[in-house]
Formats: sequence, C-alpha cells, structure tokens
Amino acid sequence: MKLLTGNDLKTGFVTWWTGADWSLHIEDAADVGEGGEAIAAAEEGARRVNAPYIIAGEATTDGPRPAHIKDRIRALGPTVRPDLTLKPADPNAGDWVI
Amino acid sequence: MYKYDEYDQQMVDARVAEFSDQVRRRLAGEITEDQFKPLRLMNGLYLQLHAYMLRVAVPYGTMSSKQLRMLGHIARTYDRNYGHFTTRQNIQFNWPKLRDIPKILELLASVEMHAIQTSGNCIRNITTDQFAGAAADEILDPRPVAEILRQWSSLHPEFLYLPRKFKIAMSGATHDRAAIRFHDIGLQATTNAEGEIGWEVWVGGGLGRTPIIGKLINPHVPHEHLLAYLESILRVYNRYGRRDNKYKARIKILVHEEGIDNIRAQVEEEFSHVKGGVLTLPQDELDRIGAYFAAPAFERLNSSAIDVAREKIINPSYGRWLDNNLNAHQRPGYVSVTVSLKPIGGAPGDATSEQMEAIADLAERYSFDELRVSHEQNLVLPHVKIADLPAIYEKLVEIGFAEGNAGLITDMIACPGLDFCALANARSIPIAQELSRKFAAPERQKQIGDLKIKISGCINACGHHHVGHIGILGVEKKGTELYQITVGGDATEQASIGDILGHGFVAEDVPDAIERLVDTYIARRESEAEPFIAAFRRLGKEPFKEALYGNG
Repeated sequence: MKLLTGNDLKTGFVTWWTGADWSLHIEDAADVGEGGEAIAAAEEGARRVNAPYIIAGEATTDGPRPAHIKDRIRALGPTVRPDLTLKPADPNAGDWVI
Repeated sequence: MYKYDEYDQQMVDARVAEFSDQVRRRLAGEITEDQFKPLRLMNGLYLQLHAYMLRVAVPYGTMSSKQLRMLGHIARTYDRNYGHFTTRQNIQFNWPKLRDIPKILELLASVEMHAIQTSGNCIRNITTDQFAGAAADEILDPRPVAEILRQWSSLHPEFLYLPRKFKIAMSGATHDRAAIRFHDIGLQATTNAEGEIGWEVWVGGGLGRTPIIGKLINPHVPHEHLLAYLESILRVYNRYGRRDNKYKARIKILVHEEGIDNIRAQVEEEFSHVKGGVLTLPQDELDRIGAYFAAPAFERLNSSAIDVAREKIINPSYGRWLDNNLNAHQRPGYVSVTVSLKPIGGAPGDATSEQMEAIADLAERYSFDELRVSHEQNLVLPHVKIADLPAIYEKLVEIGFAEGNAGLITDMIACPGLDFCALANARSIPIAQELSRKFAAPERQKQIGDLKIKISGCINACGHHHVGHIGILGVEKKGTELYQITVGGDATEQASIGDILGHGFVAEDVPDAIERLVDTYIARRESEAEPFIAAFRRLGKEPFKEALYGNG
C-alpha cells in the first residue's frame, strides 16, 4: 500500500492523509494507490499540508504501518521519549517501530 | 561578555522583522515551501523528522545567565520543556511551531541572541574552547578575536552563498579542546620566535563522509592581518570550491584535490591584494572588543588544594565529581566546573527548562554570570571559587546533573540520530543510553579512565564518531539499524581518524562489543597511567579487531 504524509504547515507536526483529510495518527491513514501525487499537489496548494510525499506502507491488524523504520519512528515519535509520542500512556507503543 | 552595540541590535532586529514577514507570507500561502525553505534555513529553521527544529547560535559557546534563562523560558513556553545542546555549541529546540517562530526570535533578540549562521552555506557560528578566558594553559583568550570574526562573518555579503557550509573553530590554549583540526578553518593561538602572539591557521579539516585532518596553511598570522588572511582563504574557496557536487563542495575536498601548496599560493596571491586594506585590524579596536572580555572582579585568594581523598571518604559521589569535573583556572582559588549533561541513562546534551534555569542561577550566583557550552555537549561554569563547590554540587544533585563523569566513558557525544533527525539512518541516543548504563559503576569508569566515545546516526558525523577514541556510526542495512565501530580517533592536537575494524553490529550487540574493546585495553595497557588512545597507538588495531571479531 502507499501512504501520503507531510507536515502540518502551522505546527510542523507529522500528518497522514485519511482519504478526506489529514490526521496526526497513522491508524487513520488511507491507501492512496496511484493517486498520491495528485492529492499531494492539491493539498499543498490549499495550504493544508507542508512538503507532502508518498511512502510505502503495510496493512496490519492494527491498521496501516509505514514500511521503513524512519517513517515508523516519524509516525510514532522519538523512541527515547515515550512521553513525547502520540501514545504517551502506552508502554508498548514503540513495539511495532523497530 | 560582549554587549551588542546599536549596529548589532539593529541588524538582529531587522532580521527578525524580515523573517517574521516571510513566515507570515508562508502561512498566508503567498510563498511556497520551495520558496520558503532557503529563507527559513538562513534563519536556523529546519523541518526535521517530527516537526520544525530551531537551532539557536551560542557565539563561541559563551552565554550569560539571562540568556540561558531565556532559552529555558522558550523551551517551556514554545517547545516541550527541553532543549538539546549540540556539538557546535548551539542549542536546538525540536518542536517549535512555525506560527510561534517570530515571537521566539523576538525573545532571543531581546537577550542578544539569534538563529543566524546556524544553517545554510555561509560561515557558521564560530566555536572555541569551553574554558576560554579561564583555562590555566591559555596563551590568550580567543573570545575577543572570535567576536571580531563573528562581526566580520555575520551576513557577510560575499560569503552568503558559498559552495557549502563553512565552520571555523579556535583554540587559545596549548591543549586543543575545540577540535580545530577538524574544521574548515582551525585557528590555534601561538607565539612566534619574536615572542609575538598570533594564529596558526589550519585549513581543510572536516568530518562527514570524507574525514580529513586539516593542514597547516600558515604558522603565524598576526592579529592585525587575521581578517584579511581569512577573507583570502574564503575567496579562494568561493572561487574554486566544487559547486557541481554537494558531496565534494567543502573546502577539505578543494585542499585535498589541489594540494595545500597550491592552495597556499592562491591564498597568498589573494592576501597580497587584501593585506593592509580595510580588513586590517587596528590594535585599538582589538583592545576595545577585548575590554568586553576583561577578567571579572576575581577575589585575591590563596591557592587552596582540594582534599579530594578526604571528600571521597565523606561523600564518594562528590569526590568523583571533584576528581573529574574541575578544570584548572588561571586564578588562585578558582576553578572551572563542567556541568555534565550526561546523567546515567540520559540523552546526551538534553536539559529541561528547570535545569537550564537552575544552572543559570548557579552561574549568576557563583560564576560572575557566565556560562559556556562545550562541543562535548556539556555546560561550564567558568569562574568558580573553590569554596563554593559544595553549594554548587548540592544544587546539581538536586537537578540531576551531578554526575562526576566529565571525560570518562559515560561522557559521550551523541547526535540526535534517527529519533529526531531526518538525515539519520540509525538511532544514536538509545546506544548512548545503553552504554551509559553498562559502564555506570563509578569504579569501572575510574578503572577505564580517559576514553571518549562518540556516536553518529549517519555518515554526516554530527556526533564526531571519526574522532572518538571509540567511534560508533549508525548505518542502515536492509531496513535494520547497524553500527560500525571505529577505534583510534582523536580530536585534539594529536589529531587522528579512527579505523573501521570490521562489519557492523546490531544495536543489542553494541554494548558487549564496546566492553570487549575496553577489556582488551585494560588487559594490554602498560599501566593505569596509559590511556586508551595511547595504548591503541602502541598496540595497533589488531588486538582490538580480534576482540571484536575473533582471530579467524
């Protein structure tokens, strides 16, 4: 599967294309198939996202996951600071990253 | 410390206003990211792995309490309550929002700070010895000249679009604590046969994917001609540096490809035109700037030895701190204190807002309001009375920065790595944390002695792995983090680049691999007085290679 990601223009935070909007949570990401570039261009033009790009993803039982370790860390947050990730209360949140 | 004059303040304020407008236009959609990117990079604003990152300059690593307090305030108000001190004596905030950048820059400007020269292909923030103006082995305080170089290089119109970034480091002491031979230009204070103080100029050093030790281009440049000489080097580089290939664009490649004799001749030719012109530095200007760095009002104290042995009996942790974290001062009764930002298991170089504020308070109360950032990612209280050490230590215990490990195996340099950096291939901080925990026992650290481990998460080498006595380089192989180990690097005046000993290790095998290197050193050293790097030079790499990979 292919995922479309970028950064929120105002905050810089990592965002994922859900099929209709942008979300901070990788679980919400949609497979963009071959349509990613067109969505990226339109969304960047509309200032809803900064520097979007397409990455390879994998479907799992917990939802979509980036295929590459760098993108997985990007999706979760720094592995050395669980308190700064999107799931600060989940001690196992980082298990799927590595 | 230097105080901005009206021109400095005007320049910084104008830049804040200009960039604030650029941010406004970006947020309003008037400019695209492609248009905005070069503008934000000229103002130290990166887009990193998780968010924007703002890199703030700490010119020649010198700060006041007020400035550190402001950094703490910014971290608390506009970031996530911490900052990361870097190997270029800067500080990075990892989570600022674009909309808040104008306010952050305005606050920085209010305490004479900015984020100019922390990114882009310009002359970057100049670094120096963290004990400048205090060290007992100092020939001269490099900071007045560093300040003059800052003024010369800040927004220098001719050098804003160099082939690549350009880093200058200076050492005013006999012992190089600023890694000057691994910078584009390294300046070493020196005295010539006539007894005149000037500068040895080294050129073409660097780390990154092509580590090269700088070469001596001129053994003695007097103060008055230093600006003209450096301008001549920059002109030659600007003219002939490789703009066709980013990876060959640093001056080290030019010097390597053309040869130092050829480059020296080119520089001399340029210098013959520039020398004696507007860049001549009059003594009275040097004196004027030097007055800002006049020694503080030290008390006349008797030199007093600290009875470390006694203190160790009373409080072993305090004894270790005294043993390792003090540096000899020029004045009797004073020392410089290294505040280790390397607590066991911590992220090297990170400090919270509360920690920054507490250290600022210590500097205000006990160190004439002065602080330094070291390229080894620690903070320094440069001028401390020996009598005040117990009170300082007590406060450091309270804030979790009392580790007596300066210069020891747990005092590691580590770049942010893949946890934060978009360029990284592997994580650095977890490796540093594991090693820190593995070698945490004080007696073990003491047994090992002076051993510098430096860790980078990619070949760009922000963690200086090439010059670690033991260096660790994170790479990626088929989606897995692997770590190459080098041995024998040295960033000091005995500069050397570490050798890669063999294949890489997965993360969980790195601590044991490092322990085998350490055990080999301890087993083979001539005595406890022979440090790791000396033993490596005597023994060669074979015993260490065997320790890692066996003798097959």
